[in-house]
Amino acid sequence: MNIEVNTMAEMKSRNETPDILFWVGSAGSFDDRAKKITRSFVKILNHAKINFAVLGVEESASGDVAKRAGNEFLFQMQALMNIEVLNGYEVKKIVTTCPHDYNTLKNEYKSLGGIYDVYHHTEYIYKLYNEKKIELTPNLNNISITYHDPCYLGRGNGIFDAPRELLKLIGVKLAEMKRSRKTSFCCGAGGAQMFKEPEKGNQDININRTTEAIKTKASKIATSCSFCNTMLSDGVKNLAEGTMDVMDICELIVLSKNL
Amino acid sequence: MFSINSILFITIFSLSCILFYRNIKKIIRNINLGKKIGDVKNKPKRWKQVFLIAFGQKKMFKKPLVAFLHLFVYVGFVIINIEVIEIILDGIFNTHRILFSDKWAFLYRTMINIFEIFALLVLFSVVVFLVRRNIIKVSRFLSSEMKGWPTLDGNLILIFEIFLMSAFLMMNACDLVLQESNLSYKYPKTGNFIVSSLLTPFLSHNLSTNTIFVLERFFWWFHIIGILGFLNYLVISKHLHIIFAFPNTYYSNLNPKGQFSNMSSVTNEVKMMLDPNNDPFAQNQDQGPPERFGVKDVNDLSKVQILGAYSCTECGRCTSECPANQTGKKLSPRKIMMDIRDRAEEVGKNIDKKGKDFDDNKSLLNDYISPEELWACTSCNACVEACPLNIDPLSVIIDMRRYLVMEQSAAPAELNNVFTNIENNGAPWQFSASDRLNWKYDE
Repeated sequence: MNIEVNTMAEMKSRNETPDILFWVGSAGSFDDRAKKITRSFVKILNHAKINFAVLGVEESASGDVAKRAGNEFLFQMQALMNIEVLNGYEVKKIVTTCPHDYNTLKNEYKSLGGIYDVYHHTEYIYKLYNEKKIELTPNLNNISITYHDPCYLGRGNGIFDAPRELLKLIGVKLAEMKRSRKTSFCCGAGGAQMFKEPEKGNQDININRTTEAIKTKASKIATSCSFCNTMLSDGVKNLAEGTMDVMDICELIVLSKNL
Repeated sequence: MFSINSILFITIFSLSCILFYRNIKKIIRNINLGKKIGDVKNKPKRWKQVFLIAFGQKKMFKKPLVAFLHLFVYVGFVIINIEVIEIILDGIFNTHRILFSDKWAFLYRTMINIFEIFALLVLFSVVVFLVRRNIIKVSRFLSSEMKGWPTLDGNLILIFEIFLMSAFLMMNACDLVLQESNLSYKYPKTGNFIVSSLLTPFLSHNLSTNTIFVLERFFWWFHIIGILGFLNYLVISKHLHIIFAFPNTYYSNLNPKGQFSNMSSVTNEVKMMLDPNNDPFAQNQDQGPPERFGVKDVNDLSKVQILGAYSCTECGRCTSECPANQTGKKLSPRKIMMDIRDRAEEVGKNIDKKGKDFDDNKSLLNDYISPEELWACTSCNACVEACPLNIDPLSVIIDMRRYLVMEQSAAPAELNNVFTNIENNGAPWQFSASDRLNWKYDE
């Protein structure tokens, strides 16, 4: 089943303007696991009848990975090219499922001429709920879930509550890990680690974190970042295959609403 | 009024102050080796940070037990320094308890009693700290960068405090005994002090009045010389945080932690590259040598980053929260800050001995901090969050990666592939940019 989505170019050719741009991100576009998250979020947007569009082939890497890896040149090249495209379409509001792109678009494009009102999808869905554009019912009341704070959403930008509120609204029992919120423990993917072998040590970071998640005895790990999702899924595969799964909050919402 | 005692005191006091001034000036010179920071904006918010985080120790209270003990030592230190004012005045004018007058005896006694209670609390806290470091062996005090001087430094500070507080209490105890002795005409009747009065029976039963007289003077001099010595010890110690915590929180980052700085020197070059009307041969006639990208040595750091290094008291909260460190990687954010201070001291000494332009062929990168440490960072900001003084080791790590990547093309091979993919395909993976919307087709 194809999913219904407009590109900015298509809308412009019809002389239409979307209310918000959905920034899919490189992982959301190409990584098989992340693509499912992208589709789930689009289902929610369509369900709430949001007038949105994506850039499609005109989107390019935000430059987050290049910047954290120290390649400021490449980051600014990407940023300036993306800003030209975004400003060309007069984009004002952006929502993204990736905390890294969220941080980059919101905080790091500003001084380069890209000033947008940027939302992370958990923040945005919670806003839709508060504006009564989407209903959330506690359908998942028989499962216990632990929530992993992505660094760039939580510590990086202070968003701790929206994801948790959403989980509560769909009825799940929240089993917090000892290291959560401001003291959340990284999944191991940030700072361009996702794309390289870790340095020599005695444990992989994702194994350390997954061990902690397993200790909560929750049946699922919820997160809101596709990198975290990959790292923790890998951890579960190594430590407790089949006993736990890792899901994005928007996937849990799709599950709760049976979309 | 002045006597040989006054002259001796004034000499010791002024020499200590001059020595401290000279050394702190060198430290400020070392901080100024760093690059200028832009306009400091948002001053009210910065003062609020100083008030909450430095004065109020807000971030210490994530560990409440230690926070209270630390608060006792801190408040005790500040309050007991009021007593030092009297000691200095007495020293200069060769008087005894110059602030005391019969009319205000109650007030004076209350003041000294408060000092004494805090002295006791400080003693208690410091003993607990020594136990934590040496008997319980809290793991964050034992990392490899703590071997040798840093561990000794930590213990010396605590032992210093024990001596100072004991001298203060013993001085008062002797004073109380002397107030009741045949020398009482020299000692104003202050009334009992609550803590030191517990020590007086021991003194008066075992020692002669003359001995106690000598002891009182000994503890008085020991206390003030100890304080002056401690002041001068600060400049070589991690304890310097009692001064630099304040400017450091003032200058610390106010932006969201996830936001990294955009290098303006790069923006200019990138804009030139992207501008089709740009003539590559027309510019750069008289702009001087191009700026180095990123950080190789202390003078590439910002002043705030070096200030952070001098503010660090090596508590290790950063390292104990660092995911790389906790999984056995070489990276320790605390070591990064300690290395910066050591290197800044080294460069400073070179300037003192061999002049401003001396090059020792060493640098912060490689001689102190290895690329392996830098590449282990996940940029998760746990260290920045953990620091009770808002020191930012992450910004240093990223700035050093910038040097490795942009000046030396020395990124790990996998990351070079990622850079190529982003350049060619607009994604870190090797997928065609034209497939970017394919997610909507498959389920």
